Formats: sequence, structure tokens, C-alpha cells
Amino acid sequence: MTIYIVKRVLLALITLVLVSLIIFVAAEVLPGNIGRTILGHFATNAQVQAINVKLGLNRPVLERYWDWITSFIRGRWGSSYSLQVPVFGLVMRRFLNSIILGAFALVLIVPVSVGLGVVAALRRNHFTDRAITLVGMSMLALPEFVTGVLALIVLSIQFHWFPVSSVVPSANPVSIVRNLFLPALPEMVLIFGYVSRMARAGTVEVLESNYVRTAVLKGLPRSRVLFRHALRNSLLPTITVIAVQAGYLVGSLVVVETIFNYPGIGNLIYTAALSHDQPVLQAAVFLVALVYTVTNLTADLAYAALNPRVRLG
Amino acid sequence: MTIPEVTPNEVLTIESLSVGYRSKMHLLPVLRDVSFSIRQGEAYGLVGESGCGKSTVAMAIMSYLASNAVIESGSISVLGQDVVTATPHQLREWRGTRMAMVYQDPGSSLNPAMRVGRQVAEVYHYHGQASWSEAMDRTREMFEKVRFSDPGRILERYPHELSGGQQQRVMIAMALAANPALLVLDEPTTGLDATVEADILDLVAQLRSDLGTATLFISHNLGIVARLCERVGVLYAGRLVEEGPTTEVLRRPDHPYTIGLLNSVPKWGSTKRASRLVPIPGDLPPLGQPMPGCAFASRCEIVRPECETSPPPLAPNRAGTAKSACLQRDNLEELRSRLTSAVSTPVVINRRSGPPEPVIVVDHLVKRFRGDQGEMTVLSDVSLTVNAGEILGLVGESGSGKTTLARTIAGLYRPDGGTIESRGEGQSADAKAHYLQMVFQNPDTALNPSQSVSRILGRAVKRLGPKLSTHERAQRVVELAKSVKLQGYHLQLRPRALSGGLKQRVAIGRAFAGDPAVVVLDEPASALDVSVQATILNLLVSLQDDRDLAYLFISHDLAVVNYLSDRIAVMYLGEIIEVGPAESVIAPPHHPYTEVLLSANSAVNSEGGERIRLTGQMPSLAQPPTGCRFHTRCPRVLGDQCRDVVPPVQVAGDGHMLRCHIPLEELRIQQSRPVPPTV
Amino acid sequence: MAQTLDTTAPQPSNDLTALQTRGGRFREVMAELFHSPAFVVGFVVFVFWVVDAIFWQSIAPQSPQAIHPFLTLKPPSTSHWFGTDWLGRDVFARVLGGSTSILEIAPLATLLGILGGTAVGLVTGFYGGAVDTLTMRLVDAFLAFPLIIIAVLVLSLLGSSEITVIVLIGVIFTPVVSRTVRSVVLVERDKEYVAAARLRGENGPYIMVFEILPNITSAIIVEATVRVGYAIFTAATLSFLSLGIQPPSPDWGLTIAEGRTYLSFAPWVVIFPALALATLVVSINLIVESVQRVVNS
Repeated sequence: MTIYIVKRVLLALITLVLVSLIIFVAAEVLPGNIGRTILGHFATNAQVQAINVKLGLNRPVLERYWDWITSFIRGRWGSSYSLQVPVFGLVMRRFLNSIILGAFALVLIVPVSVGLGVVAALRRNHFTDRAITLVGMSMLALPEFVTGVLALIVLSIQFHWFPVSSVVPSANPVSIVRNLFLPALPEMVLIFGYVSRMARAGTVEVLESNYVRTAVLKGLPRSRVLFRHALRNSLLPTITVIAVQAGYLVGSLVVVETIFNYPGIGNLIYTAALSHDQPVLQAAVFLVALVYTVTNLTADLAYAALNPRVRLG
Repeated sequence: MTIPEVTPNEVLTIESLSVGYRSKMHLLPVLRDVSFSIRQGEAYGLVGESGCGKSTVAMAIMSYLASNAVIESGSISVLGQDVVTATPHQLREWRGTRMAMVYQDPGSSLNPAMRVGRQVAEVYHYHGQASWSEAMDRTREMFEKVRFSDPGRILERYPHELSGGQQQRVMIAMALAANPALLVLDEPTTGLDATVEADILDLVAQLRSDLGTATLFISHNLGIVARLCERVGVLYAGRLVEEGPTTEVLRRPDHPYTIGLLNSVPKWGSTKRASRLVPIPGDLPPLGQPMPGCAFASRCEIVRPECETSPPPLAPNRAGTAKSACLQRDNLEELRSRLTSAVSTPVVINRRSGPPEPVIVVDHLVKRFRGDQGEMTVLSDVSLTVNAGEILGLVGESGSGKTTLARTIAGLYRPDGGTIESRGEGQSADAKAHYLQMVFQNPDTALNPSQSVSRILGRAVKRLGPKLSTHERAQRVVELAKSVKLQGYHLQLRPRALSGGLKQRVAIGRAFAGDPAVVVLDEPASALDVSVQATILNLLVSLQDDRDLAYLFISHDLAVVNYLSDRIAVMYLGEIIEVGPAESVIAPPHHPYTEVLLSANSAVNSEGGERIRLTGQMPSLAQPPTGCRFHTRCPRVLGDQCRDVVPPVQVAGDGHMLRCHIPLEELRIQQSRPVPPTV
Repeated sequence: MAQTLDTTAPQPSNDLTALQTRGGRFREVMAELFHSPAFVVGFVVFVFWVVDAIFWQSIAPQSPQAIHPFLTLKPPSTSHWFGTDWLGRDVFARVLGGSTSILEIAPLATLLGILGGTAVGLVTGFYGGAVDTLTMRLVDAFLAFPLIIIAVLVLSLLGSSEITVIVLIGVIFTPVVSRTVRSVVLVERDKEYVAAARLRGENGPYIMVFEILPNITSAIIVEATVRVGYAIFTAATLSFLSLGIQPPSPDWGLTIAEGRTYLSFAPWVVIFPALALATLVVSINLIVESVQRVVNS
């Protein structure tokens, strides 16, 4: 088991190194003169040149990469070219906002999705299953901006139930729901489609397994068969899939954050890319990739911990 | 549904049961008008090949048929109560307490995320109203009864930590926990090694007599059934064609199918120079085919027109002891004598003259693999010679390394040590391919499913045969197909449309396309039905004899190996522990492990006889025992010597060698005596 | 009567299907599909949009580019069924015209992704070893970025046009498809017919292309159908973020992005393209779901 952990952690580290390389190289390749971006149109070439040198942009690539990586680890993320504020504070704040939004969506929709997926499996090929499956798989594969915009029009503009623009909510539940529900809705719809399908497939597979047959044929009560034999084995892989989805979620909120003007990290990456704000872009993208890799690793380890086949080697 | 006539002490009564499966537009009949009953304490064996419906019978009894199954007519009663119309509540009560089941694949039948002790304790807890701790205590007692040497430790294990045999013992414990009146066993030992199988059968026999449980034992192997059951029923294509006391049915089968079946299996001790296998002509009918008359009519050698119009009833014989569903009962004697003389005609008469000519020499071969538990040495110091024109049979159980050896010799794996020398070795891959070919075990995965038979054979001919024009090649393909008894129309079919026997014939044709000198065969008939095995084995023997080839024939089935082989090698845990001419290896003196294998085999294939029981589990290849690898389980172990010192090679005459510390004379004396039960 | 836990024994194999010819089985699958209402609805809607993508210029009553400065932001009426947008262009015509770009991009991008993914999956799955480990690490690293972010980065430096979007989505799909292909290749690789091919002296490329590939095509096709849905999803989102098609294309995503400012008082500008996109996506998913259900039964 320890070998397994060590191997996994090592693989994750390698992935992270590759990720950082990709990010750094990609940001390097972005066109646009940094000095020009900071000083604007009216600066002279000499001034732009000077600032480029001051920022160390004429040093060799590997040296700059090493600098960047070591500073990143130490938390010194530099300062934004466009906004002239420290990157660390900016990125972390936005990151936390996205986490709040993502967590809200997940908490609301994951139990529902898993529950309905299991129900669909239990009633498979009957009407309930077809209904859940159809709704889950077909209707709810809509791009976030479609759902978001339609929701905005109907729920916000037409019925005035929710505000058009969302701000980070304060601690009270009303504020939370009012501000987060609309932006969370498109994600919830997508997560439902994906998770309910996984839960259903996993549960169907287990229900048709030989060991569930054994449990039924030794005369155990239905609840025992369902919970201790079937679900105990089918939900495990589903939960690890959800964990991975969650890690992925944070970075993919860019669309809803744009529609609802929510100050999250996806939004930040979008604007930073468009304005060639390298330090912000690098830091934010790396943070997102880091979260995803760490979540993946945690999901892997949790799966291993709970699966006796892996735990005992 | 009719109300069955149930005699008071009948535990199971099945009356005129017909079951079909609904598939798209059709209803495919699987069981047709099956009736039999089992009395209290009686063991009844249900025998049949694949597709005969025997598993459907088991599932119908437990009332767990697939959702597309339809019980067209008939009834099933357990302890006088109808199972088909029972409510879910009744079923939950009855399952476990009245009827319980043991399945074919115990590994997948246990919850992988729950300790096995708990899984058995559930039965006590939910049926016996015991608290969890009481239930665990009673589980521990039950584990002792199923002969676990360390029940406490087993309680805490997860299924994947147990061997196949151990898993099956857990399943047996689980099934008997609530003391059901009827125990149904569906192929419980298929897939287990011979020694483990013999163990399990012993256990079932003993428990059965201790507890007085009525038993339904389902198997494709008449020998196993004979071991355990007082009465046997033979199922063919969903119909019960014969039924009676086991000894009577085996000694004097009263139906053409049963007669054919018994003649197509090698009798224990028979060899190709004294007898032959006589297969049943034709193929098993596909599932669900309509059959207006007798199910066996299409393949029967004494069929008459009246057999095809209406199904023959299961009628008792003159003595009233057994039943058979055959209208031509009076003509059976002619069939029996014809087949008996056919069986006694040897297949091969010529013996190769002159000194043996080695075609493959394996010298101190070593092969390692990296697994989950670190590095395993699957083959350690294997030396073997295959001679021209002979069949070398290689026997071993799972974990012995026989498949690895075969594949390494064939060139699929690269050795980590030692050498393999042959005329094909050290040459290009093409040259080697011309010299040595291989036939694999599983016909389903051995053929490319997307290619037609003519393409499969054609490619082999192109790559392995001489340079030919397209036209000549096509002709060669036709010849090749004929040589393996395929028909012309088979050539355009894809493997999906062929039966197992046909697929294996294509695989054999493919291997012989380039006229190899040596063929390695890895259990070529093991995955096939019994009535088909004979055809394949006969084909292989005739090809070998005609072309004077060398075979390395691998099997776990000693009866088959003994029938076919000129020489036999026995493997245990990555080593060859005995090799020699077939007759010498089979008779004493031989290695204690060989002795155990023979004993397990003969116990299964004939009636009774004392058996040498093997204790313990097969050790892991990652940590093999020191000294003699067999010493941890050997019934004749001497003591420290066997543990500390690697046994010497002893020569017992004409190319017969074995590795043991016990002197040969001593072995010969000991092994010629009748055997007392275990160590 | 919820008998689901009690009658869930798995189905037995049916040898009759093995005897059916390929054509017969295809016809049977088609027949069953067309009996399913979900499939029929999806199919009809999808065909409608495909026909529209090809022939919209003949169907649309007005030009989607014609500007009417005095008819800006008019609500739906008899002359303009879906109203007009901020430049006075007919929304109905723009909706009809918006399907072309997406129905051009999605299949081409998917094809690119499938080709690339199959090649990578075949090679890594068959050869294994260092090649496999290294490639899979790269794939993992690549997939650590949310797709949108990659798209944002690349398109903001390469500029946006239909071609770059197609290439971008195709490149993004390659690692995902390669994973799926690799896993089925691993299953096939261990089967004895591959060993038999090796024993014939066949070389690696031959085995990959002529022995293994024909047996994984059904898995690839299934993956392709799933990917097409995602391609539409991604292409539309990219144009919404102004990273895809450029104005004045009537592309739906673009229109929705542009029309967002007028949302509160002229929602028709956004609703109709949004609904059009929704129906297209849903129709494809209905088809895919029905096909998977019928093929897997």
C-alpha cells in the first residue's frame, strides 16, 4: 500500500512539473510586448525597453522559469501588469470566490444526482428510469451559457427572483441563495447529467453482479442487500469520479462567471489572457491545475484506502 | 400451473417444467417438460453439456430467473410449497433456510468489500435471530466444519485474499449455515485444480451425510457426479433423456446420448495405443431451436422416423429402476457393441523406431515476472527435451508455470536465463514461425473476430507457406480447411458464427498452415464441451501421426494427457519434478506429487477408492519454499532434509527421472501399497 | 410490485444472433431505433438543422445581414417572426443561418480528434513501456487544465477563425480519445489472436492496424458520437467568449454574447438563438443515448 501511495504522489509531482513547464512556455509565447502593455501607447520605445530590462524579461528562458517556479512556491507571485496589485492576494481572493460558488453547486446537486441515479438503476428499464435517464442525459447536456442566459432571462429579468449580477454573498443564507443560485444553476444542470449517469451505470453493474445474487439468494432483507452489498460497492467509484469533477469545476466556471459578473478565478483567467497579463495568468492557471491534480491524487488515495483489494496489496 | 403430486418426504419436486427466454421477437425454449424429484437426504446429480439448461434449473428452483425468462408450464415445489408463485416475503424466508446454493465462480460470488466471516455471519444473524457476536461464533464453528485449519484468521479475510478452494469452502459454509433442506450446487468445482476439486467433493460428501441435506449437484462431468450422487439425470438440449441410480446409468447407459458421452471421454488408464475416443457426430443444437421430436434425433445413430415426430416419454426400464427417453431402446444393444469395438480400436499403432531425436532442448530455463507482490520467478531452472515425432504431455496445476513455459518456448516471452535450442531458434522470426507454431486454449479469443475463416487461414498460408500465386493460395486454404474437417461454407463465416469446436479447428488449421515441425498446444480442448473434445483430440492425434510432428501438449487433465502422450512431464511451482515415458510416470515409483495428482484424478473418474489428501495451499511464487518445493504439502515428507536440501535427480530407468529425497525402491514399495487416508 | 432486486439475474447468451448476417443485424438495430420516440424526435430535429445548415439561404425570407437602421430591437411581429436585433437585422434569418458554422466545426473537429486519439491510443496501448508512461504523463498534464482555459490561451495568441477553432478542439480531444482507445487496445492486446499474429512473424504496425484496429472500431464510433456533442458544446462556448467565429457571422454563440447587453429589454435577441442551440444539442444527445441503449442491450 505504501508503495502505491508513493508511486501516486510521484506521478502527481511529475505531472505538476510538466504542467508548470507548459504554462510557462505558453505564457512566453503570448504575443504582445509586456513593457508596452504596462506603459501603454504613448510611452517611448526607450521607456518600454527600460521597463523590460527592469522586469528581467531579457534574461534566458530557463533562468526565468527557475525564478518563477521558486518564487511561486514561496508565495511571491509578483504583481499584475494591468492592475498593478500583488498577484497573490488577487488570485487567492478570486479563487476563494470560485470555491464558494462551486461548493454551493456541488452541495446542492450531488446528493440529488446520486440518489436519482441509484433510483434509476433500481427501476431500470421501467418508466422512472427512462424519465430520469432522458432528462439527465439529453436535456441537461446544455452549454452553460445557454442555461445561464435562459435562466437569467426567465428567473431574473422576467420574475425578478434573483439579481442580474452576482456578488460574493455574505454569510447569511438568503444572501447566499440569492447571489449564488443563478450562476450555480448551469453547472448543477451539467453535473446532474454526468453524475446521475455514472451512479446509474455503477449501480446497475453491481446489481447484476454475482455477489448481489448471492446476497439475495441467501435470503437477506432488501435493505441489507441494497445498502451493504450493492451500494457499498457501486458508490465508491462514483464518489471518486465526483471528486475529480469537483477539482475540474473550479477552472471551468469561466462562462458563468462572465455572464453573471461574478468575481471568480475563471473570469480572472479570461481577462488576464486577453490583456496579456502574464504574472496573473501564470499564477492563476497554475493554481487551477494544481487544485485539479491534488484533487485527483486525493481521490485516488481515498479509493485505495476504501478498496480492500488495493489497501492490502 | 398444476398442483403437483408431492410425496411426503420429497424435498424437491419438479413437474413438467418448461422455461423459455424471450429475445426480441422470439421465445426460445430452454427447458422442455423436465420432471424429477429429490427425497430427503438424497443426492441427485444433473449432468449435461453447455446449453442444456442445467443452470436454468438451478435458477428456477431459487426463483431467480432473468427478467426475460418465462415459465411456460410446470411447477417447482420445495418442501411441498410452490416456489414459482411464492411472494417475495416467502422467498426471502425460504432462501437460505429451505434451499441454498453454491455457485460456479466463488470469487465473484463474494462481496469484495466485506470480510468473509461477516458474510457468513449474516445468515445466522438474519435467519437465526442471533446477535452479531453469536453469529460470528457460530460462523467460526462452521468454518471448522468446512475444514479450515485456522478458522479465526479466515474470518477476518477478504475474498481476494483467499484461494479458489478456500473461497468455495466459505460459500459452502454460507449455504449450510441455516441448515437448508435442499442444497443446490452449480458446477462448484469447475475451474478449480484437480487436487482442490477432490478436496471440495470430499467435503460436500461428508457434510451432506452429517447434516442429511438433500443435494442437487449440477455438473458437466459424469465422473464427479458419480462420486457424490446416488441418482443421476442426464439433460440434453433442455430435455431429461435418462435418469436412474448412478452406478446403473454409468455401467449400462440406456440412451444413445449417454452411451455416446461415455465413449467420447478417455477412460482412466486408456491410451491411444489401446483405444480411441469416439465422438458423438454433429454439434450441440443452438439455444432455443424448435424440436418437435426427440432432442437427440439430429445426431443419433439409431434414429428412426418416429423419433422425429414426437418427444419420447421418460419411460422406466423393465426392472423399473431407471428411466430413459428413447423409442429405440431395444436396438441399443447393437449400438453399444458397435461403439465398444470402435473404442477398442487403437488410434496409433506405430511407434517411432531408433534413438530419440531432440527437436527442442530447454536447458536451465529461467523466467521472471514483476507482479504486485514484487518479482516472481515463474520458471526456475527448467530443463526439458522434446523429441521428433512424439507427444510430450506437460501436466501441472495453476501456478506451476506450464503456460509460461509453453509461451517462452514458442517465443512469446524472452527467457531471463538458460537456453532454448531448436532448429528454429536463433533464426529470424519468420524462420521460427515456419518451424514452431502454437494452439491456444480459448477458441473465442484465439481467432480475430473481425476476420472470416478464409482470411484467417489465407493470411497464415501467405505468411507461413511457400510462395504461391493468389489462385494457388486459395486452393491451399481449401485443402487446409478440409484437413481439419471444415466444410466449404465455413470459409466465409466469421468466428462469431461458429461453435467452439469449429473455432478450435480453424485455430488448428491456422497453426498447421505452414507445416511446422513442432506444435505447442496449451490446453486445446479444455474449453470445449465433452462431446466436442473427442473430435478435437482425435484430429490432433491423427495430424501428429500423419505428419510425424512433435507436440508439447499441456493440460491439467491427467486422463487426457495419459491417453495422448508418449512421454509425460510433471511441473510444480516452476520446476519440472518428474519426466519420463507415460507408462513409467503413471506407475510407481513416481514423485509424491504425481501420486497425489493420480489419486485425485482417479478418485474423480471412477467409483470411490481412498484418496491422498493434500494439505495447505499452493505456495506463492514470490516466496517459494526452500529445499524441495513440495515439502510443505508432501504427504511423504521426510523431515528437515526435505526442507533444507534441494532433492537430487533420481533416474528410474529409460529416460524416467524424478526429484525426490526418498530412494526409488522405497517409493516403489510405498506407492504400490493401497493408500491409507491422510497425513 | 418492485421486484427489481429479486429478478435481476443476467441474461443468457443467445446463439441465434451469432448466426445473423451483418446486414440483418444493422437493419434490426435501425428498426428498433425508429420505434423509440426519443430517438425519432432527436433524429427529426437533427435532420432539420442539418438541412437548414445546407439550404438556409433558400429558406430564410430575409437576409441575416441586411441592416435596417430604423427597425432596431423590434419585438416579434408578423414581418419579423423573431423580431430584430440591435442593427435591425432579422433575428429569424440569423437563427436559421447560425447552424452552419457549428455544424461545420463540430464534425471536422471530432474527426481530427478521433484520428489523432486513435493513433496515439493504438501506439501507446500496444507498445506500452516507456513510450506509454511518458505519453500518459503528458496526457494527464494536458488534462489538468480545464479545456476552456487552454482554448482561451491558444486562441488569444493564434487569433480566431473557423480553422483554428477546428484544429484547437481537435487537438484538445486527442488526449481524451487516446485514453479511451488505449484502454480498449489493452484489452485486445492480451488476447491470443494477437499472440498468434506475433507467432506468424507479423510486425507491430501490421498487428495494430490489421488485427487490433478492426476490433475496436465500435468503441471508437461510440466515442466519436459522444465527442460530437462535446464539440458542439465547446465550439458554441468559444464563440460565446468571442474566441471563435468573428462577427458578423450569425453563429448562435456569438449572437448570444453580442446580444447580452440588450437582455433586459430585448430578450428575443438572445432567447431564440439560445433555444435553437439547445434543441440541436438535445437532439444529438437523444440520438446518442438511444443508440447506446439499443446497441448495448
